Amino acid sequence: MQTNTITREKVVTAKTERLTGSEAVVKCLLAEGVDVLYGYPGGAIMPVYDELFKYQDRLHHVLTRHEQGATHSAQGYARISGKVGVAMATSGPGATNLITGIADAQIDSTPMVCITGQVGSHLLGSDAFQETDIVGISTPVTKWNHQITKASEIPSVFAKAFYIAKSGRPGPVLIDITKDAQFEEFDFVYEKCTGVRSYKPVPNVDLAAVKNAAEIINAAKKPMIVWGQGVILGEAEKELKAVIEKAGIPSAWTILGASAVPTSHPLNIGMVGMHGNYAPNKLTNECDVLIAIGMRFDDRVTGNLATYAKQAKVIHFEIDPAEIDKNVKTDVAVLGNSKETLSLLLPLLEQKTHPEWHQEFKDLYKIEYDKVINNDLNPKKEGLTMGEVLKEINVQTKGDAAIVSDVGQHQMIACRYAEFTTTKSNITSGGLGTMGFALPAAIGAKMAAPERDVIAIIGDGGYQMTIQELGTIFQTKVPVKIVVLNNEFLGMVRQWQQLFFDKRYASTEMVNPDFVTIAKGYHIEAKRVDKREDLATSVKEMMEHDGAYFLEVRVEKEGNVFPMIPTGASVSDIRLE
Amino acid sequence: MSTDNQLYTISIYTENNVGLLNRISAIFQRRKINIKSINTSISEIDGVSRWSIVVSMSEEQIRKVIGQIEKQVEVIKAYYHTDDETIYQESCLFKIKSDLLFEDPQIQNIIKESHARIVTVNRVFFVLEKSGRRREVDLLYRELKPFGIMQFVRSGRISVTKDELKVSPILVAFQA
Repeated sequence: MQTNTITREKVVTAKTERLTGSEAVVKCLLAEGVDVLYGYPGGAIMPVYDELFKYQDRLHHVLTRHEQGATHSAQGYARISGKVGVAMATSGPGATNLITGIADAQIDSTPMVCITGQVGSHLLGSDAFQETDIVGISTPVTKWNHQITKASEIPSVFAKAFYIAKSGRPGPVLIDITKDAQFEEFDFVYEKCTGVRSYKPVPNVDLAAVKNAAEIINAAKKPMIVWGQGVILGEAEKELKAVIEKAGIPSAWTILGASAVPTSHPLNIGMVGMHGNYAPNKLTNECDVLIAIGMRFDDRVTGNLATYAKQAKVIHFEIDPAEIDKNVKTDVAVLGNSKETLSLLLPLLEQKTHPEWHQEFKDLYKIEYDKVINNDLNPKKEGLTMGEVLKEINVQTKGDAAIVSDVGQHQMIACRYAEFTTTKSNITSGGLGTMGFALPAAIGAKMAAPERDVIAIIGDGGYQMTIQELGTIFQTKVPVKIVVLNNEFLGMVRQWQQLFFDKRYASTEMVNPDFVTIAKGYHIEAKRVDKREDLATSVKEMMEHDGAYFLEVRVEKEGNVFPMIPTGASVSDIRLE
Repeated sequence: MSTDNQLYTISIYTENNVGLLNRISAIFQRRKINIKSINTSISEIDGVSRWSIVVSMSEEQIRKVIGQIEKQVEVIKAYYHTDDETIYQESCLFKIKSDLLFEDPQIQNIIKESHARIVTVNRVFFVLEKSGRRREVDLLYRELKPFGIMQFVRSGRISVTKDELKVSPILVAFQA
């Protein structure tokens, strides 16, 4: 293989060491600063596990209960810390079980390195036991992947893998290592990768484009910002806040952009998209300049593209050139890392306030509050709502917790109502919509940020997709808080069935087990709440408990999430009921 | 930008690594685009591969596909061009019974007029090679068909562009 790495800084300056491939793998991980990895052993990766055993004082391997859990834990770790998450599995089914997490990391730009064992190189292509073409299978869902058949490749491929996973627009990388390469001895020396000749992770900034963008923003009467995860990945939160405040621009976020600017910030106008807030969705089609920052105009954000922000000049700040004009035609594209481009933009902006324009957002918020938010947060009817659970969590955590949500109604409610004071706090599966994400992701998040409260908010459907990770929580004693919002339905699908399929509830009703008993079976403190008067004390008990805690909240069975932009409709046609 | 389909030649400069073909072809497969022809070879730059892919797409679509191709770590640069912007050729081989060569004077005329080249002749068969535009290859095929073709094969298009492709400076810039 040609690695074609350009310049390298030596991390291990000592002379080479004679090592086996498997020990080299561990040394590479240590050299990259990895302190924890998630995985599951098996035949083809056993030599590496043997080395992990020897290095367990320096490298914590977490045995998940399924390889999918390992990837989501690695994702949770990466999302809260900004570091590269690492997952490991054996060949064959171990490797294929990683695919959902890899695909999730690819679409949500999460830095992750996955390591898989492979059958001996002499067996490749022979349909050997637990042989699968994981490089072929993972190609469309990885940023880069590579199969190692010789131990001598290990240092350069690992260095390249970590560099690619983290640089530019991050993403998952997979390294497949044949068993013979794990056993083979070679002279090991590790050099960090600082460049790959065919790969330009961050485009050069065009100052003329920045200037052009500033002129358009300065001339705007009704500017609006929609920021995405690019701000968080680029660690440009401070720069974004400065831009927003100086130019007085109402600013909305995509689901993955949540928490980059505190919820309480007066210019934070909420979430865009299918279940986003009323004002930013409606006014997307009223603004005169739409400034997109580190977001990719996903269809769940734009609704029908033919009627999306047609009146507006569009400025797109973006690190990935392939995103420019992919979905929405831009008037000005500002390529580069958002931290750099926003820093360059700031001094060119004029101080503005746009009070009348702000009032339009406030007026629409009032409508949404009266019709939707108030009923979600302060319900008068008997059944508990998902919204009031989130409200209680906000009260008790003061918005300092990291919220890890799964996929479905509870996710939309969590993202709509969770109050954030800290960036990198909204960890959820955005692009792929992977049910089962939250429980293992919360494990990884809590391990990466032990000082923070990490609360997984999960529906009864998604919970049962990775429920076995309770075993990981029990074994590692990772003190995550788990809240299952149980409506005994696959709620989001049921909502669509109600609205668009004449209430034919095909396979959405769930007959659930006793979740509290299951949690207790794993020796996790657990409680069930079904009365409003018990909610506050139960959430308090959960937060104060020293260790992992499971709280099941029985919520109303047929609650719906609004506002909603039906699939294919315009953002203007957002429904409040 | 045009949304009508037309023929484009995509030229890609890449590293020469196992699995890259899978990665590039997946970009087309995912969008259900049928590749008309594909060729990879060395290029004018040492250690860099040159791909020629022919597809029928709209310009709007191909711009996005080029972006996705260039995004791949091991791709240095990708371009798309219309037929007017390139010099392009295909090559083909015909295997035909040798008897015909000696017995039918007409076939000799066809070979002569088409500027095809006889690669080899033995008692049983001869092999004819023709390089050129698709219509020239097609014409020769139609003319030889009535005589009976034992085997026929045509290569993918290879093309160079009329404009300069500044790949070497890009490689230098990447390393800056």
